[in-house]
Amino acid sequence: MFAACADPKSIEGLTWAFCYLTSGKHLDFYWSFATVILLLVITAPAALALGFAGATAARSQILALRILGKTYIAMVRGIPDIIFFLFFVIALDQGIEYLKFLAVCPAGSPWPWQGLEFRVCQEAKVPLGSSSAFWHNAYGFALAVVTFAIVFGAFTANVMFGAMQAVPKAQLETAEAYGMGHGQVFRRILVPQMWVYALPGLSNLWMILIKATPLLFLLGVEDIVYYARELGGSKTQSYEYPHGDWRLIYFIGLLIFYLTMTKLSEGVLGRLSARLSKGQATAAGEAMRRAGA
Amino acid sequence: MKKLLLATALIAVGAGFAAAQDVVRLGTEGAYPPYNFINDAGEVDGFERKFGDELCKRASLTCEWTTNEWDSIIPNLQSGNYDVIIAGMSITDEREEIVDFTQAYIPPASSAYLALSMDVDLKSGAVAAQTSTIQAAFVAENGMSVVEYATPEETVAAVKNGEAIAVLADKDFLKPIAAESGGTLVMLEKEESIGGGVGMAFRDSDDDLRGKFDAAITSMKEDGTLNALIAEYFGPEAKTW
Repeated sequence: MFAACADPKSIEGLTWAFCYLTSGKHLDFYWSFATVILLLVITAPAALALGFAGATAARSQILALRILGKTYIAMVRGIPDIIFFLFFVIALDQGIEYLKFLAVCPAGSPWPWQGLEFRVCQEAKVPLGSSSAFWHNAYGFALAVVTFAIVFGAFTANVMFGAMQAVPKAQLETAEAYGMGHGQVFRRILVPQMWVYALPGLSNLWMILIKATPLLFLLGVEDIVYYARELGGSKTQSYEYPHGDWRLIYFIGLLIFYLTMTKLSEGVLGRLSARLSKGQATAAGEAMRRAGA
Repeated sequence: MKKLLLATALIAVGAGFAAAQDVVRLGTEGAYPPYNFINDAGEVDGFERKFGDELCKRASLTCEWTTNEWDSIIPNLQSGNYDVIIAGMSITDEREEIVDFTQAYIPPASSAYLALSMDVDLKSGAVAAQTSTIQAAFVAENGMSVVEYATPEETVAAVKNGEAIAVLADKDFLKPIAAESGGTLVMLEKEESIGGGVGMAFRDSDDDLRGKFDAAITSMKEDGTLNALIAEYFGPEAKTW
């Protein structure tokens, strides 16, 4: 990359360290931090949306919706994350290719599931075999995001369901007494008040989500754990920068990254909680009112 | 109607990056130097990289490299994530039942033991090997206790920190590790001859593609380029064709 790094085996000391830390693989490693943050940034709102939908469905007056919402929550919560991750990504991938198979493969193509193999015609592959590595990685990442959103959406739904139940009945009844309809009560009274009850559970989930990102590695996405293991492993002379077993150093780096992330989140969530408690009929809201008075 | 809409959407996605040319995706592990590894530029490198690229040139195919964990390398071939396994995989009867191999491109090589001292008794403790390798099966079948690890790197680390008394792996993988350890790791004189050579694996249904690669391997064997490549990566004393 830099002229001084042309022959890594003849340099040493600081120059070596500089060249080593700017090798192509290290740059990939630094980018993988962005991958993890991108996952968090997309998954969190998606899970929140799914959770809100799930909770609303679970307390719906329509039986079918209620069953759907409760099944979603119970099913995802009841299955260990890792099993769900391993199963769901394969199922989703094959499901998408199967749908595309129905649409684009010539009539008379063989059934895709043949014994141990899953085969669709070339045109039905997602992404196409001819697309660049970038699309393959992007597709893998998208599958991971959807899986994360569904899993964390179920936990979120459960938290929100509880929060909706926790809003004092008197508030809702008063609203009805003023002549508001179901939808109005939901939008104007229930939802604005539920957040303060949901926040402790949601902040907990956010922390768990941060800590669950290494599962990306399990799904074949080359995340920070993959690179830490790959870069830290001892390297023989076949490599440009031979070194011993440095995995411990790299993993300490990851440890610091994750601790920093959770520490920052705690700060932000603390402020958010204070903001939401303001003027609420809860213990925290009451304490704020007294302090102000 | 819904199905139709969905299908249209999917076609649109697919057409966005469609190209007429067929690309063959080569799957490797990327953690087994000098066979295959990820170099410092973040690309697949090693004997199999050079060999695979040459094969694709001879067979006039456009090839692209991808890496996959060793554990799931056969299942992911079958589910179509890539079309070829080229990852130092030995040809065995068990594997022949689920995938099809080309002819061997590396002759049956010896497996060796790497330990902390020459006089270690292999029955006195656990012997490390990588999961689902011929070496792991061999250790288990020969009355030694086996401890398995997901990556080759971890098997060697296990010997260094005393979790295992020795590691059994391909000699060509262990040789540079022993040579560069400064005497802390030694190769035992005892060697095992297991496996039927290293070949490329294909799905059972991909006979056409396998035929093309088989022909290219034959041509590389005939004009001596394969032997030169083996000598370049595995040293002059390595077995050739």
